[in-house]
Amino acid sequence: MAKVLVVTSGKGGVGKTTSTAALGVALAQSGQSVVLVDFDVGLRNLDLILGAERRVVYDLINVIQGEAKLAQALIRDKRVENLSLLAASQTRDKDALSSEGVARVIAELREKFDWVIADSPAGIERGATHAMYHADVAVVVTNPEVSSVRDSDRIIGLLDSKTERAERGEQVEKHLLITRYDPARAARGEMLKIDDVVEILSVPLIGVVPESEEVLRASNLGMPVTLSAPESVAARAYFDAVRRLKGEQFPVVIPAEKRGFLGKLFGSRVA
Amino acid sequence: MPRIRTNIRLRGRSFIAIALAPEAPLDAWLDGLAEQVGRAPEVFAARPVVVDLSALGPVDDGEYAVLFAALAALGIRVIGVEGVDAARAGAGWTHPPLLVGGRPTAEPAEPPRPQPNAIIIARPVRSGQTVLNPAGDVTVIGAVSSGAEIVAAGSIHVYGPLRGRAIAGFAGGGGARIFCQRLEAELLSIDGLYRTAEEMPAGLRGQPAQAWLDGENLQIQKLS
Repeated sequence: MAKVLVVTSGKGGVGKTTSTAALGVALAQSGQSVVLVDFDVGLRNLDLILGAERRVVYDLINVIQGEAKLAQALIRDKRVENLSLLAASQTRDKDALSSEGVARVIAELREKFDWVIADSPAGIERGATHAMYHADVAVVVTNPEVSSVRDSDRIIGLLDSKTERAERGEQVEKHLLITRYDPARAARGEMLKIDDVVEILSVPLIGVVPESEEVLRASNLGMPVTLSAPESVAARAYFDAVRRLKGEQFPVVIPAEKRGFLGKLFGSRVA
Repeated sequence: MPRIRTNIRLRGRSFIAIALAPEAPLDAWLDGLAEQVGRAPEVFAARPVVVDLSALGPVDDGEYAVLFAALAALGIRVIGVEGVDAARAGAGWTHPPLLVGGRPTAEPAEPPRPQPNAIIIARPVRSGQTVLNPAGDVTVIGAVSSGAEIVAAGSIHVYGPLRGRAIAGFAGGGGARIFCQRLEAELLSIDGLYRTAEEMPAGLRGQPAQAWLDGENLQIQKLS
């Protein structure tokens, strides 16, 4: 049974698209067939993060409006088997999304793939509501910052009320992914604690991805971090998140600051 | 010029009338009715009323006049009477007309009993959501997030952290209170008087607390 997963956050710039790509690669490498759908019509990015920007011919809007067949618009990843992309249109805006069109495309994708991952635009308007409407599962991407947490809370409220599942009286299965976590700043109390974020949002945590050079570099190279640096802490957090998405249960490791013996000594004396 | 005949279509419409049956002595009965109307004026508001005169016995026209004047003064709108001789209610009858064929209905004309109208929410109230109860209390089992809002005509009870806004007694309910297991609210308000997070005692933050109105003062105290 295919699952539709929406990666959403409310706030922009928290790492939705980066996480969509990294999770997509990890899921596809685990043997599932995966399609990533960019719902950020007008501000398309997912193709860049996946390094597929030079292969986009048709996009989601073309398929919705019947100008192209789904098979023509799907872009297969050259590096990862089982991974495809349905790009957003850069020249249109969110008004080009219609409820019937989105429903038709999602239904068609459900038949072809095990996982349909919708990369939601920021905000709570049309684009975001279309992206979440058909979701069975949601990954809420949050930074440990008060504004991001509040916006995620708002999005969780919408997942509980404005989705097809909610309208049927069912629940969207929600997961929390904390990104851009900076252990050093967290230690200085400049960031919300992971426990506090989980407590405020009361949604199960599937991973904590540290802010890292690797992630930024990977994005700029068009390589999701799970592909470019699979051994990095960030990539491992995404691989573990995928295992949890598939139902495995094991404790989440919160990345700690790398400190030498002297640093530890010094740190404990200060505390 | 040809006359245009308009066909007027007749349509039926049914209302349930309240039946009043005055008894002798009329003064005492009218006093009792006035008291009942005072307690629950909405019972007769905009409802048709039929007066059953059979229990009153044979009385003279003067007493009928007193009765109908008193009913009108109470704002009761009598559409007709029952229980008088057709002959008596014929020519010269200046009171509401005689109705025949009335049947008792299943619906009692008893004043509607006030329903318990508390709202209970058994899940977290998320940022951007509003829970409004214009008629009573709101109870939340779970957290009320920052940016969420609970508005109640009555009191507000939060079994969990209250991080958003709680507005109790909004329609003039100075007796309303706000209770929460953990006070981290952005704003507390009762009957229009409010305090923002900045104006709350710092020592109460994170504590179980209640808020109530002491005159013009919004008091907040730890719940022990």
